[in-house]
Amino acid sequence: MKLKALLAVAFIGIILFWAAGDLPAFGDPEAPATRYTGKLYVDLALSDIGVENIVAAILASYRGFDTLGEVVVIFTAGISVALLLRRGGRL
Amino acid sequence: MRRNVIIKTVSRFLVPFIQVYALYVIVHGALGAGGGFQGGVVFAASFILMIIAFGLTCVRERFGYRWIVMLSALGITIYATIGLLCLIPGGNYLEYGSIEAALGIPHLHGYLIDAVEIGIGMTVMAIMTSIIYDMGDTGGESP
Repeated sequence: MKLKALLAVAFIGIILFWAAGDLPAFGDPEAPATRYTGKLYVDLALSDIGVENIVAAILASYRGFDTLGEVVVIFTAGISVALLLRRGGRL
Repeated sequence: MRRNVIIKTVSRFLVPFIQVYALYVIVHGALGAGGGFQGGVVFAASFILMIIAFGLTCVRERFGYRWIVMLSALGITIYATIGLLCLIPGGNYLEYGSIEAALGIPHLHGYLIDAVEIGIGMTVMAIMTSIIYDMGDTGGESP
Protein backbone atom coordinates (compact mmCIF):
# COMPACT_ATOMS: atom_id res chain seq x y z
CA MET A 1 0.00 0.00 0.00
CA LYS A 2 2.79 2.38 0.90
CA LEU A 3 4.61 1.47 -2.30
CA LYS A 4 1.53 2.35 -4.33
CA ALA A 5 1.25 5.72 -2.59
CA LEU A 6 4.92 6.41 -3.18
CA LEU A 7 4.54 5.53 -6.86
CA ALA A 8 1.52 7.82 -7.18
CA VAL A 9 3.37 10.71 -5.53
CA ALA A 10 6.43 10.19 -7.74
CA PHE A 11 4.25 9.98 -10.86
CA ILE A 12 2.38 13.21 -10.09
CA GLY A 13 5.64 14.90 -9.10
CA ILE A 14 7.29 13.98 -12.39
CA ILE A 15 4.29 15.32 -14.31
CA LEU A 16 4.38 18.58 -12.36
CA PHE A 17 8.12 19.06 -12.88
CA TRP A 18 7.69 18.27 -16.55
CA ALA A 19 4.95 20.92 -16.82
CA ALA A 20 6.97 23.49 -14.85
CA GLY A 21 9.17 24.10 -17.87
CA ASP A 22 6.24 25.66 -19.71
CA LEU A 23 5.49 28.20 -16.98
CA PRO A 24 6.27 31.83 -17.81
CA ALA A 25 9.38 33.31 -16.24
CA PHE A 26 9.03 35.08 -12.90
CA GLY A 27 7.91 38.68 -13.48
CA ASP A 28 7.49 38.18 -17.21
CA PRO A 29 5.45 41.12 -18.58
CA GLU A 30 4.27 38.99 -21.50
CA ALA A 31 2.79 36.28 -19.26
CA PRO A 32 -0.93 35.64 -19.81
CA ALA A 33 -1.73 36.48 -16.19
CA THR A 34 -0.35 40.00 -16.45
CA ARG A 35 -1.04 40.80 -20.10
CA TYR A 36 -4.82 41.24 -20.05
CA THR A 37 -6.55 42.24 -16.80
CA GLY A 38 -3.40 43.29 -14.96
CA LYS A 39 -2.41 45.71 -17.71
CA LEU A 40 -6.00 46.93 -17.87
CA TYR A 41 -6.00 47.79 -14.18
CA VAL A 42 -2.65 49.57 -14.36
CA ASP A 43 -3.79 51.61 -17.36
CA LEU A 44 -7.32 52.49 -16.28
CA ALA A 45 -7.32 52.67 -12.46
CA LEU A 46 -6.34 56.34 -12.21
CA SER A 47 -8.73 57.59 -14.87
CA ASP A 48 -11.61 55.35 -13.75
CA ILE A 49 -11.40 55.91 -10.04
CA GLY A 50 -9.09 58.82 -9.37
CA VAL A 51 -7.18 57.02 -6.64
CA GLU A 52 -3.41 56.65 -6.84
CA ASN A 53 -3.36 53.35 -4.97
CA ILE A 54 -4.18 50.62 -7.47
CA VAL A 55 -4.48 48.03 -4.73
CA ALA A 56 -7.17 50.05 -2.96
CA ALA A 57 -8.89 50.73 -6.28
CA ILE A 58 -9.11 47.01 -7.07
CA LEU A 59 -9.98 45.99 -3.51
CA ALA A 60 -12.68 48.53 -2.79
CA SER A 61 -14.04 49.45 -6.19
CA TYR A 62 -13.45 46.87 -8.93
CA ARG A 63 -13.86 43.98 -6.49
CA GLY A 64 -16.12 45.80 -4.03
CA PHE A 65 -18.70 43.05 -3.80
CA ASP A 66 -15.99 40.53 -2.97
CA THR A 67 -14.74 42.74 -0.14
CA LEU A 68 -18.28 43.10 1.20
CA GLY A 69 -18.41 39.31 1.32
CA GLU A 70 -15.10 39.23 3.22
CA VAL A 71 -16.46 41.62 5.85
CA VAL A 72 -19.57 39.47 6.22
CA VAL A 73 -17.33 36.41 6.65
CA ILE A 74 -15.45 38.14 9.50
CA PHE A 75 -18.75 39.20 11.08
CA THR A 76 -20.06 35.65 10.87
CA ALA A 77 -16.86 34.27 12.41
CA GLY A 78 -17.17 36.67 15.35
CA ILE A 79 -20.83 35.77 15.89
CA SER A 80 -19.94 32.05 15.78
CA VAL A 81 -17.15 32.44 18.34
CA ALA A 82 -19.51 34.40 20.59
CA LEU A 83 -22.22 31.75 20.31
CA LEU A 84 -19.79 28.90 21.04
CA LEU A 85 -17.57 30.36 23.75
CA ARG A 86 -19.41 33.18 25.53
CA ARG A 87 -20.28 32.35 29.13
CA GLY A 88 -23.74 33.24 30.36
CA GLY A 89 -25.47 36.46 29.54
CA ARG A 90 -27.04 37.40 26.27
CA LEU A 91 -25.42 38.04 22.92
CA MET B 1 -1.12 40.72 42.26
CA ARG B 2 0.58 40.08 38.95
CA ARG B 3 -0.17 43.51 37.45
CA ASN B 4 3.07 45.39 37.25
CA VAL B 5 3.22 49.16 37.62
CA ILE B 6 5.73 49.42 34.77
CA ILE B 7 3.47 47.50 32.40
CA LYS B 8 0.50 49.63 33.42
CA THR B 9 2.32 52.93 32.93
CA VAL B 10 3.91 52.00 29.62
CA SER B 11 0.70 50.66 28.14
CA ARG B 12 -1.24 53.69 29.38
CA PHE B 13 1.30 55.76 27.44
CA LEU B 14 1.30 53.57 24.33
CA VAL B 15 -2.38 52.85 23.78
CA PRO B 16 -3.34 56.32 22.43
CA PHE B 17 -0.47 56.23 19.94
CA ILE B 18 -1.46 52.77 18.72
CA GLN B 19 -5.05 53.92 18.27
CA VAL B 20 -4.04 57.06 16.39
CA TYR B 21 -1.82 54.96 14.14
CA ALA B 22 -4.74 52.58 13.53
CA LEU B 23 -6.99 55.47 12.51
CA TYR B 24 -4.23 56.72 10.22
CA VAL B 25 -3.95 53.33 8.54
CA ILE B 26 -7.72 53.14 8.05
CA VAL B 27 -8.13 56.65 6.64
CA HIS B 28 -4.99 56.36 4.50
CA GLY B 29 -6.38 53.29 2.74
CA ALA B 30 -7.23 54.99 -0.55
CA LEU B 31 -3.94 56.87 -0.90
CA GLY B 32 -1.15 54.62 0.31
CA ALA B 33 -0.50 51.36 2.03
CA GLY B 34 -3.25 50.51 4.45
CA GLY B 35 -6.92 49.76 4.59
CA GLY B 36 -9.81 48.83 6.79
CA PHE B 37 -8.74 45.30 7.61
CA GLN B 38 -5.21 46.21 8.71
CA GLY B 39 -6.27 49.29 10.64
CA GLY B 40 -9.05 47.44 12.40
CA VAL B 41 -6.65 44.75 13.55
CA VAL B 42 -4.16 47.38 14.79
CA PHE B 43 -6.97 49.06 16.73
CA ALA B 44 -7.94 45.71 18.26
CA ALA B 45 -4.27 45.19 19.19
CA SER B 46 -4.49 48.27 21.42
CA PHE B 47 -7.38 46.64 23.29
CA ILE B 48 -5.31 43.45 23.63
CA LEU B 49 -2.51 45.50 25.19
CA MET B 50 -5.02 47.05 27.60
CA ILE B 51 -6.31 43.57 28.51
CA ILE B 52 -2.76 42.39 29.22
CA ALA B 53 -2.04 45.41 31.39
CA PHE B 54 -5.32 46.05 33.22
CA GLY B 55 -7.25 42.79 33.02
CA LEU B 56 -10.26 41.64 31.05
CA THR B 57 -13.01 42.91 33.33
CA CYS B 58 -11.59 46.44 33.51
CA VAL B 59 -11.45 46.76 29.72
CA ARG B 60 -14.87 45.16 29.28
CA GLU B 61 -16.45 47.74 31.57
CA ARG B 62 -15.21 50.51 29.27
CA PHE B 63 -15.84 48.83 25.90
CA GLY B 64 -18.69 46.43 26.52
CA TYR B 65 -20.61 43.94 24.43
CA ARG B 66 -23.22 46.58 23.64
CA TRP B 67 -20.60 48.67 21.83
CA ILE B 68 -19.25 45.60 20.05
CA VAL B 69 -22.66 44.59 18.71
CA MET B 70 -23.43 48.16 17.65
CA LEU B 71 -20.07 48.84 15.95
CA SER B 72 -19.80 45.52 14.15
CA ALA B 73 -23.29 45.81 12.70
CA LEU B 74 -22.83 49.51 11.93
CA GLY B 75 -19.67 48.84 9.87
CA ILE B 76 -21.38 46.38 7.56
CA THR B 77 -24.40 48.69 7.36
CA ILE B 78 -22.23 51.61 6.23
CA TYR B 79 -20.70 49.46 3.50
CA ALA B 80 -24.00 48.03 2.26
CA THR B 81 -25.76 51.39 2.46
CA ILE B 82 -23.15 53.07 0.28
CA GLY B 83 -23.61 50.21 -2.14
CA LEU B 84 -27.36 50.80 -2.16
CA LEU B 85 -26.92 54.56 -2.61
CA CYS B 86 -25.18 53.82 -5.91
CA LEU B 87 -28.48 52.41 -7.21
CA ILE B 88 -30.27 55.77 -6.93
CA PRO B 89 -28.48 57.55 -9.86
CA GLY B 90 -28.94 54.40 -11.93
CA GLY B 91 -25.64 52.61 -11.42
CA ASN B 92 -24.92 49.05 -10.37
CA TYR B 93 -24.61 47.92 -6.77
CA LEU B 94 -21.32 49.35 -5.34
CA GLU B 95 -20.61 51.30 -8.54
CA TYR B 96 -19.39 54.49 -6.84
CA GLY B 97 -18.72 56.20 -10.14
CA SER B 98 -22.45 56.67 -10.69
CA ILE B 99 -22.76 58.88 -7.58
CA GLU B 100 -19.71 60.89 -8.64
CA ALA B 101 -21.15 61.40 -12.11
CA ALA B 102 -24.59 62.33 -10.79
CA LEU B 103 -23.43 64.84 -8.17
CA GLY B 104 -20.51 66.21 -10.18
CA ILE B 105 -18.18 66.43 -7.17
CA PRO B 106 -14.55 65.62 -8.15
CA HIS B 107 -12.73 62.83 -6.26
CA LEU B 108 -15.97 61.68 -4.64
CA HIS B 109 -15.08 58.14 -5.68
CA GLY B 110 -12.00 58.23 -3.44
CA TYR B 111 -13.98 59.63 -0.52
CA LEU B 112 -16.56 56.86 -0.88
CA ILE B 113 -13.74 54.31 -0.82
CA ASP B 114 -12.53 55.98 2.40
CA ALA B 115 -16.02 55.73 3.91
CA VAL B 116 -16.18 52.07 2.98
CA GLU B 117 -12.77 51.48 4.57
CA ILE B 118 -14.01 53.12 7.78
CA GLY B 119 -16.94 50.71 7.82
CA ILE B 120 -14.61 47.75 7.29
CA GLY B 121 -12.35 49.01 10.07
CA MET B 122 -15.26 49.31 12.54
CA THR B 123 -16.43 45.76 11.91
CA VAL B 124 -12.97 44.21 12.03
CA MET B 125 -12.05 46.10 15.23
CA ALA B 126 -15.25 45.10 17.03
CA ILE B 127 -15.14 41.47 15.94
CA MET B 128 -11.45 41.01 16.84
CA THR B 129 -12.08 42.52 20.29
CA SER B 130 -15.13 40.31 20.76
CA ILE B 131 -13.09 37.19 19.93
CA ILE B 132 -10.40 38.24 22.41
CA TYR B 133 -13.04 38.78 25.11
CA ASP B 134 -14.61 35.39 24.51
CA MET B 135 -11.34 33.46 24.35
CA GLY B 136 -9.77 35.21 27.31
CA ASP B 137 -12.81 34.92 29.58
CA THR B 138 -12.04 32.40 32.33
CA GLY B 139 -15.40 32.79 34.02
CA GLY B 140 -14.19 34.62 37.09
CA GLU B 141 -11.30 32.39 38.22
CA SER B 142 -8.00 34.21 38.01
CA PRO B 143 -5.72 32.74 35.30
